[in-house]
Amino acid sequence: MSKAVPKICIIDYGMGNLRSVINALEHTVKCSVCVSDNKKELDSSDILILPGVGSFNDAMKNLRERDLFNKLNDEVANRKKPLMAICLGMQIVMESSEEGGKSQGFGWIPGSVSRFQVSNKYRVPHMGWDNIKVKNRNDLFEGIEQDPDFYFVHSYHVNCDEEYVIASCDYGYEFTAALQKDNIVAFQFHPERSHKNGLRLLTNYINNIKEQL
Amino acid sequence: MLKNRLIPVIIVKDELIVQSFNFKRFLPIGKIKTAIDFFVNWDVDEIIILDIDATKQGRSTQLDVIKQASRECFVPLTVGGGIRSINDIKNVLRAGADKISINSHAVDNPKFITDAAVRFGNQCITVSIDAMKISNDYNVFIGNGKVDTGIKVSDWVKKLERLGAGEILINSIERDGSRKGYDLDLLNLVSSNVNIPVIACGGVGDIRHLASGIVDGHCQAVAAANIFQHTEHSTIAAKAIMKKLGAQVRLSSDVKYENFDFDDFGRPI
Repeated sequence: MSKAVPKICIIDYGMGNLRSVINALEHTVKCSVCVSDNKKELDSSDILILPGVGSFNDAMKNLRERDLFNKLNDEVANRKKPLMAICLGMQIVMESSEEGGKSQGFGWIPGSVSRFQVSNKYRVPHMGWDNIKVKNRNDLFEGIEQDPDFYFVHSYHVNCDEEYVIASCDYGYEFTAALQKDNIVAFQFHPERSHKNGLRLLTNYINNIKEQL
Repeated sequence: MLKNRLIPVIIVKDELIVQSFNFKRFLPIGKIKTAIDFFVNWDVDEIIILDIDATKQGRSTQLDVIKQASRECFVPLTVGGGIRSINDIKNVLRAGADKISINSHAVDNPKFITDAAVRFGNQCITVSIDAMKISNDYNVFIGNGKVDTGIKVSDWVKKLERLGAGEILINSIERDGSRKGYDLDLLNLVSSNVNIPVIACGGVGDIRHLASGIVDGHCQAVAAANIFQHTEHSTIAAKAIMKKLGAQVRLSSDVKYENFDFDDFGRPI
């Protein structure tokens, strides 16, 4: 039976602009949103959101300090709870990153994170609105225009097997803009700051999961 | 393709939006929330809020103002004014900002840029520079454009990139409120000396000036404040003209002006 109001927990681990994620979610579908690092809250939520801006190492360090590393592993990898990871959140679901030396991520998705290696024509960070290519027909992008613009702001990007890539973007070369594996969906861009396209994407995501609850 | 960004700067004084003229005279315009509601639906790519009294009054940014502004702001929000500590940044981000802008404090304490970039990521740290031409070169000014630091802009921007700044907002003090257009020499000086994105600011008096910041000044984004106040749909018209003049832009508004001509005030005809 479908629950009327899904409970969404934005994981608070001291990394970045949580408020904008809350604002955007409150503008999509009816849902209850909490921002928390409390395990009970994570436990009772239907959807977890792992946002984040900042550096890879700090993110992992903060998650460990708040004793969330094992809890998240359990929720996402074992219990297969739906997870949406955004920007730095997307990067830490990978196995490793070259940011700040070699750093270990959660490893839920095989692959790594590397810095943009582009010519001087391309400035780093990759900052601003850029259009993505959605690979196959995907419910998440239902009702969103062709080659939609989303807001990016990052210096590192994910490298993973083609089978997980649901959208790509071109900045000197093609890189992963969005990926999906089982219960995990991750975006390199910021849907919460991508105006109409972003709000629609968040709405589609929550609606899809709501149907499965 | 990455689009050139159009960014209105909302200058705040005593919780009201003001127009600034040479950093000296300020004309009150109205409430911040109203402006944000309009801008977000009028094709702007980002919004910058600058609290110009914060540093002078020795206080932090007004968080309630940011919280309110952020609520309906579904494009990235940069906040500047009065940011002097890691804790200030944390608070402003918590209130809903995505990036912060540092000006005076970056000059007083350059190491702060590195500390902030390490903690929050380079992409979060915009350094804003107020520049003025002094005997054929450009110097960095602080204290709302009143104090000459003696630092050359070309040296400063290179140093900022090394220190970890993610982006530079370059403003010409002489052009501020002048309506003469961007100082293209200044823009080129900055954009040719760094490999991080540069936002042009200061002097737009005709929305045709905006595209020149990109096409002739080689900046990645263009900002303006005064011009966008008082004119209905000003930013949508600005986008249409930018496109015509060769910039790469995102057009998302339901209102489209691509096939119109424009009068001298930038109004579609």
